[in-house]
Amino acid sequence: MSAVSGTIDTERARPADALAASARRNAWNLALLGFLAILLVFTKLIQPSYGVPGVQGLAISVLPLALAAVAQAIVVLSGGIDLSIGSMMALVNVVAATQMQGRSEEFGVAVVLGVLLLGLALGAVNGTLIVLTRVPDIIVTLAMSFVWAGCALLVLPTPGGGSAKWLPELVSGSLGNEWIPKAAVGLIVVVALIWIPVRRSWLGLSLYAIGSNRLAAFRSGVSVGRTRILSYTLMGLFAALAGVSLTASTGIGTPVPGPYTLLSVAAVVLGGVSLAGGRGSVFGPILAVIILQLIRTDMTFLDINTNFATVLQGLILIGVVMIGSLVQIRASRA
Amino acid sequence: MSGVASASGARNAWLTGAAWRALFRDRPMIPLLFLLAILVVVSELARPGIVGPEWIGVILRAAVLLAILAGCQTLTMLTGGIDLSVGAVGSMAGFVVASFAAGAGWPTGVVVALIAAAIAGFVTGIGVGVFRVHPLIMTLGMSFVILGLANVWQLQSVVTSTGVPREFRSLGSQAYAEVVPFSLVVFVPVAALILVGLKRTGYGRLLYAIGDNPIAARLSGARSWQILVVLYVISALLAAIAGFLYSGYTNVASVTLVDSAVLPSVAAAVIGGTSILGGRGGYGGTIVGALILTVVSSLLSSLGYPEAVRQVLFGAIIVAVAAAYTRVTGET
Amino acid sequence: MTLTSTDLLLEATGISKTYGAVVALRSASLAVRPGEVHALMGANGAGKSTLLKILTGAVRPDGGTITVRGRQRTVHSPAEARRGGIVSVYQEPALIPDLDIRSNLRLTETPIEPFRHWLNELGIEDLDLSSIARRVPLASLRIIDLARAMAIEPDVLMLDEITAALPANLTERVLAAVGRERGGDRSVIFISHRMIEIAAVCDRATVLREGRTVGVVDVTQGSEERIVELMLGQIVEDMPAAAERTSDGAKASGSTPRLTARGLSSSERLNDVSFDLQPGEVLGVVALEGQGQDELFDILAGSQRPSGGELLVDGSPVSFRHPADAIRAGLVYVAADRAEALLMQRSVRENIALPFTTRIRQWGLIDLASEGRAVDAAVAKLQIDTRAGSEVRRLSGGNQQKVTIARWVAGGVHTMLCFDPTRGIDIRTKQQIYLLLRDLAEAGAGVLLYTSELKEVQLACDRAIVIFGGRVVAEIDVAEADEPALLRAAYNLRVDAPLPEDVAGEAVAEVVAAAQGSTGAGAEGARALPVSER
Repeated sequence: MSAVSGTIDTERARPADALAASARRNAWNLALLGFLAILLVFTKLIQPSYGVPGVQGLAISVLPLALAAVAQAIVVLSGGIDLSIGSMMALVNVVAATQMQGRSEEFGVAVVLGVLLLGLALGAVNGTLIVLTRVPDIIVTLAMSFVWAGCALLVLPTPGGGSAKWLPELVSGSLGNEWIPKAAVGLIVVVALIWIPVRRSWLGLSLYAIGSNRLAAFRSGVSVGRTRILSYTLMGLFAALAGVSLTASTGIGTPVPGPYTLLSVAAVVLGGVSLAGGRGSVFGPILAVIILQLIRTDMTFLDINTNFATVLQGLILIGVVMIGSLVQIRASRA
Repeated sequence: MSGVASASGARNAWLTGAAWRALFRDRPMIPLLFLLAILVVVSELARPGIVGPEWIGVILRAAVLLAILAGCQTLTMLTGGIDLSVGAVGSMAGFVVASFAAGAGWPTGVVVALIAAAIAGFVTGIGVGVFRVHPLIMTLGMSFVILGLANVWQLQSVVTSTGVPREFRSLGSQAYAEVVPFSLVVFVPVAALILVGLKRTGYGRLLYAIGDNPIAARLSGARSWQILVVLYVISALLAAIAGFLYSGYTNVASVTLVDSAVLPSVAAAVIGGTSILGGRGGYGGTIVGALILTVVSSLLSSLGYPEAVRQVLFGAIIVAVAAAYTRVTGET
Repeated sequence: MTLTSTDLLLEATGISKTYGAVVALRSASLAVRPGEVHALMGANGAGKSTLLKILTGAVRPDGGTITVRGRQRTVHSPAEARRGGIVSVYQEPALIPDLDIRSNLRLTETPIEPFRHWLNELGIEDLDLSSIARRVPLASLRIIDLARAMAIEPDVLMLDEITAALPANLTERVLAAVGRERGGDRSVIFISHRMIEIAAVCDRATVLREGRTVGVVDVTQGSEERIVELMLGQIVEDMPAAAERTSDGAKASGSTPRLTARGLSSSERLNDVSFDLQPGEVLGVVALEGQGQDELFDILAGSQRPSGGELLVDGSPVSFRHPADAIRAGLVYVAADRAEALLMQRSVRENIALPFTTRIRQWGLIDLASEGRAVDAAVAKLQIDTRAGSEVRRLSGGNQQKVTIARWVAGGVHTMLCFDPTRGIDIRTKQQIYLLLRDLAEAGAGVLLYTSELKEVQLACDRAIVIFGGRVVAEIDVAEADEPALLRAAYNLRVDAPLPEDVAGEAVAEVVAAAQGSTGAGAEGARALPVSER
């Protein structure tokens, strides 16, 4: 797979060169962006009435999965994987919904902050278990997906609860121009405020480093165990944001995990992040999520059975990975 | 896990730590059976009189289903893989049979379902073996594809409410004298084949070999793609068989019927001592693992705990058992 | 000058380390004075790398003490060692492949300007800091790694085989830069297999053998003898003499060769290799590190396809797409790296029987009785100690290596390809392996043996071919294949040329003298002894 690598400040390089270099590095993201544009045009062609409501709906519907994909991307970049993201989202979702129900709007703010902290803690638990027990991350997070889902059911056995009013309003509607959905702005703001500073810091470098080559990272002075735990903690934060966005978009809490875990893995792969770690960014997966959702929408417009969308999702996932590994096999032979 | 912990604590007094580790490493069946026995005793203590022939029948009926699915995970994990498509394949198989039952008859359905499963397994195997796609991704992608196609099939075919054939229902949910489940008729040959296959056949050896060290296997002349393609076909066929039994057990034909059993199937294999990194484990442990999980569920439901507690406990057991295995089998 | 312990920059005493059944270090000690370049010497498996890893905190020792500037220390991680002024440059560059060079520098908190300075000093002027490490050639990466280490001016700089895989011009620069470190208050620990380099830049040498420090030698003219003596210890003596075998060659000639290579080539490393391997013959392959021998064996074993040339087995042409094809043609491969060849978690029996079941028609039920007989016979023939046989990883290194050979012996050997089969194993096992190879040849098999220990050639081979720069440059009969002759050939020197150590020594001496100007003492000490590469 054509990988996008860490964009590093290129203050010394000439602007044109820097542009070309950054285009090379972000080739996959640019390809995804181009594909998305084509897809939007295509959508408009087959459904001339597709407009503001469509874009709004798209933004809201992709928000939880986009945040989940960012969460997954962070751990995959650092050489791990987390199969409990969906369960964490469910747990955060029900905790938020039960605590906010019938409470004041101001208390809702405290609840949201509280569940974000909860997300950090959940992620830290996953990471710590992986590092301390030395059990493969797939197994630990698979097991923890049971634990978190069980906890969600304990908190709220059946769908219910409520949400502070400001929360749904935060993501529905538009900001300024009617073409700019609040959900999209929210997504950008959250990623920009949390991920970009991390990405530019030493911690961000360490995350990529342990994903790229753990031994070299260790020898470069990175504390591998601590960095892994931090990557899972950060993942927990984004999973919590995804869970809160579920509360925001549905207004209630649902204790049963959605298909977000597996879809987030799919989005990460489609988004150009190498499952071996170290290569890719969180933006590719976000684009992949939007594309997958738009394909689904288009299929309903075309009156195609939406189940083919699931088939297509699987085929795209397999196809991209197959082509990617084929390229790799070729490269290693040359 | 409390069983394991207390057991090790009790034995440490007269067995050295090293000996205990060696026991766990070389004969993992002994501590596993010990844990199972403890759980049975705890069940009896918690609900005096519950452990009896009928209880055994109930446990076996549920455990057989899980054990077959866990067989898929055992085989694939031995090669360092995993099969997350067993849920989709199993559900699809059960559903296809149900959709054929009213028309062409269920035997036709079984043949069609097995062929469909074999094709799915073949595609997975090609992806993993030839294109070297990570098994997690490949089986995940295949489960989307299968689920979607099954849904399409669902819309094309009219399924009557009593879709699940009577033969399946008795096979999946009834038992001789309410003790010996009929599903053993399927399970015993399947289990025997897997056990003998792993221990006594060249193919079984190769599964361990490519899981332990793919480079060594290659240098010794093993062509891993052949092994993997066959492996994922076998896994899909097993999943289909499990799907038949599930539909009979629950008397439901749905395209998502088996999905909820995927993670427990991985759990059973992990508890049974099969390493997800490959090269270590076996089916005997997996069967005991499936029994342990089933007894734990039954114990919890008999005590009136909700499903939620069962899930939390399952998760905790997996982490604890896997950590114990890592500790005793680790290099240093 | 007398030194008390506080005058030492770094002192390690009684360091021990065991990995499972393998003892890597028994009792190693090392004392480094300020301002010296200190060589750490030892044959393969003597424990140099382990000691290095312990000093930089990458590995924890089981016992022993480490003192830095007279203060006792426990180093838990490379990060901590780095803060304490101890930095190592490893054989595999510690650069993160997916980050660009600038990010790699940021990761290790290396200041850019000194880094650039050292980079220029080491001979790389035009490095784009935004290039991804993965795309930078290995030789440049090693230089970058070195420059990065030197840029933070560590008290103790450890260099593990820094000149391996470097082209000659970069090697010069590196040696010159290391040489200039002498006399200051910082020190360099220098690991190299190349005697000439040791002689050129080092002040003293600590010699390890089988995990113990067996001596510390001042590097002066003539000290190489002493170093080699210490490194080798007891020399393999009671081996069948080569002379008595020379007549065997006669029986081989005339028959069809087991294996014939005609002009084999592969990308850049292997240019033109031709040879015949006769039945009943052990043919030695001699080469310095990286002369194409790895590629040659990969091609013969079916792991890699040649880009040109022709391969014949028993006179008929063959082409291999997979190791299985080579095995079917009768070419079996014994790798030097046991981690590459063994199923570490499986039993001795399964490891030996592995090739029996690889073909589809062998996938069915195993005939345990006949398999058992074949395995037992092979185990007995190689005298494998199977007491810990339920998991191969619990065997000693020598026994593990025997298992990799037994795997092929059990099925009967037609042609065996051995790539440095005695690397890092004990002398007794080595002897057993030589004898076994002889036995196989006596029984009519052809054996191709690459060895990094030149001594082995006379102990085990009938003749030897020498590869240099991807070509066969010499063929030597065993009677003449003593170490000086082989070394001369390995450096691709004419037979009537001066002794190789002199030539090689002079070459480096010139380089060092030129680089250091008149200040260096390098030229004086630049006399090397014929010691095998790796």
